[in-house]
Amino acid sequence: MIRTRGLTKDFTVCRTQTVHAVRGIDLDVAPGELVAVLGPNGAGKTTTMRMLTSLIRPTAGTAEVAGFDVVRQPAQVRRHIGYVGQGNGAGHQQRAADELTTQGVIYGLDRRAARRRTGELLEALDLTDLSSRKVSDLSGGQRRRLDVALGLVHAPRLLFLDEPSTGLDPHNRANLWEHIVRLRREHAMTLVLTTHYLDEADTMAERVVVVDHGRVIADDTPRALKRDLAGDRVTVQAAASAEAPRLATLVAALPGAREVHVDGATVTARVADGDAAVVELVRGADRAAVDVVGARSTSPTLDDVFLALTGRSLREGPETHDGDRAAGKDAA
Amino acid sequence: MSTTHAPIAARTVDLGTPDVRRSWARDVGLVMARELRPVVREPFGLVFGLVQPLVFLGLFGPLLVGSTGGSDAIGPDVWQWFVPAILVMTTLFGTSTTGSNLQFEMQTGAHERLLVTPLARSAQLVGRSLKEMAPVVAQSLLVIAVMLPFGFSVDPVGGPLGLLLLALLGVGLGSLSYALAIAVRKQEWMFWMVQQTVLFPAMILSGMLLPIDAGPRWMQVAASLNPVAYVVDAERALFAGDLGTTALQGFVAALATAAVGLAVGIRTIVRSTD
Repeated sequence: MIRTRGLTKDFTVCRTQTVHAVRGIDLDVAPGELVAVLGPNGAGKTTTMRMLTSLIRPTAGTAEVAGFDVVRQPAQVRRHIGYVGQGNGAGHQQRAADELTTQGVIYGLDRRAARRRTGELLEALDLTDLSSRKVSDLSGGQRRRLDVALGLVHAPRLLFLDEPSTGLDPHNRANLWEHIVRLRREHAMTLVLTTHYLDEADTMAERVVVVDHGRVIADDTPRALKRDLAGDRVTVQAAASAEAPRLATLVAALPGAREVHVDGATVTARVADGDAAVVELVRGADRAAVDVVGARSTSPTLDDVFLALTGRSLREGPETHDGDRAAGKDAA
Repeated sequence: MSTTHAPIAARTVDLGTPDVRRSWARDVGLVMARELRPVVREPFGLVFGLVQPLVFLGLFGPLLVGSTGGSDAIGPDVWQWFVPAILVMTTLFGTSTTGSNLQFEMQTGAHERLLVTPLARSAQLVGRSLKEMAPVVAQSLLVIAVMLPFGFSVDPVGGPLGLLLLALLGVGLGSLSYALAIAVRKQEWMFWMVQQTVLFPAMILSGMLLPIDAGPRWMQVAASLNPVAYVVDAERALFAGDLGTTALQGFVAALATAAVGLAVGIRTIVRSTD
């Protein structure tokens, strides 16, 4: 569904300064996948999405979307994709139903069919009662659902969602995701989304592409990324601090154990399989006559993955690199 | 979590073969209709746009009558001289600011959404620009209706041609305004700076408020380079029933403005994604 090779985008922010927003991204997305592109602000997520949706031209490299080249066949790309951008796609002076119907006609439906499709989507996204309301009078969550509806009017096989839930409160985020997950289930649609909500990427995506400084630095299922790059964290507590070094020796002997730390009577470490490690540790401690008073395993988060990959936390905020901000202003 | 939602996959609409042969003119029509819809639904905006011209009519008009009425440059009927100019002023103010609507849609994301649809980008610019004709004509009819009781007369042939001329000028100025909005999208404040810098010289050097003939030679030369000046003269001639050379020069100026505006606008929107 998507295939990029060496996809690159540079922005000239002033005559002497060039921002390398995307630096040679290779990406393959198969039909039906739900892929989350994750990274800090300015990592190049939005710039990549803008190139894939034909909003901006790549500086170098190739990208094929839905079977069409984004540079040579941008009209065909637009014909076959849906796009929900970061902003509100519906004009604020327009009425919700009017925008949906116009969108349907733009994609080739006759006006009657477009009106029927509008009714379907309004109903499906809980917007029926708001159909004649001006977009500026809708709440943030309602506007976002309308944006999703606009992206779905022509039932695209591939839908891009650029930070779909940013700015929404937890209730509206959950509500929006309920709709998105349902539409994908019904529609066998390929979804590519960018987000900086780690929990969203973790729970919703089948595959996470981690982008940093314009490059893909990891690409796998959330589970595999966490297992391979971060690992489960085990925390074991000895009855007394004096027993902690012996406990640490047992922990260090676990398969794949690393980052073993002792803090008083508590020993922590990263291991490949936390649940199995806890069982093994308790048994081992019993055999070695080390008195253990507590043991638990916690799953890593995608932030742990990013930390392992870059030495930085995704929660630390934006880096100085500002490729996405340049991209955001680039396409009119 | 609710489980009672309607399915999102199309039920009643056949979306399997929506690949209609795209027509550029159809795209233009779609964009134009979308732009006009809020204007039709809430026509108060049209009235609001008339406030400034009506203030000029109400406050500047009587001054003009008292100070220059009957002079050779203006002629015996001040309103017949001034009202056509006010119609051009309405067009100038209304269409030169219309790029700010596009700026707002760029800020919110609506313009970006349209750029990712199959609509031809040139059609998006042209559709928006052609939409300018409707409010220009509607506002002009309102001003004419207000001024008819004060003795303003409309030639039955020249009047409609005058409205057509205003519509053409509106398309050109609207296109330029949209082009400006796109061109300065990285520094949005520039839009108003450039618009204001161009607007007032264009207005004063058109002879809209006072005859240019009374000004110094350099102003007359500058006015001769201002297409709005030709349109103002043409409007006065047309509403008075003179369909001669002055009117023709006005149409040439308006057509040239429209051609340049559309060319610049299309080039700007197409290049905005490079």
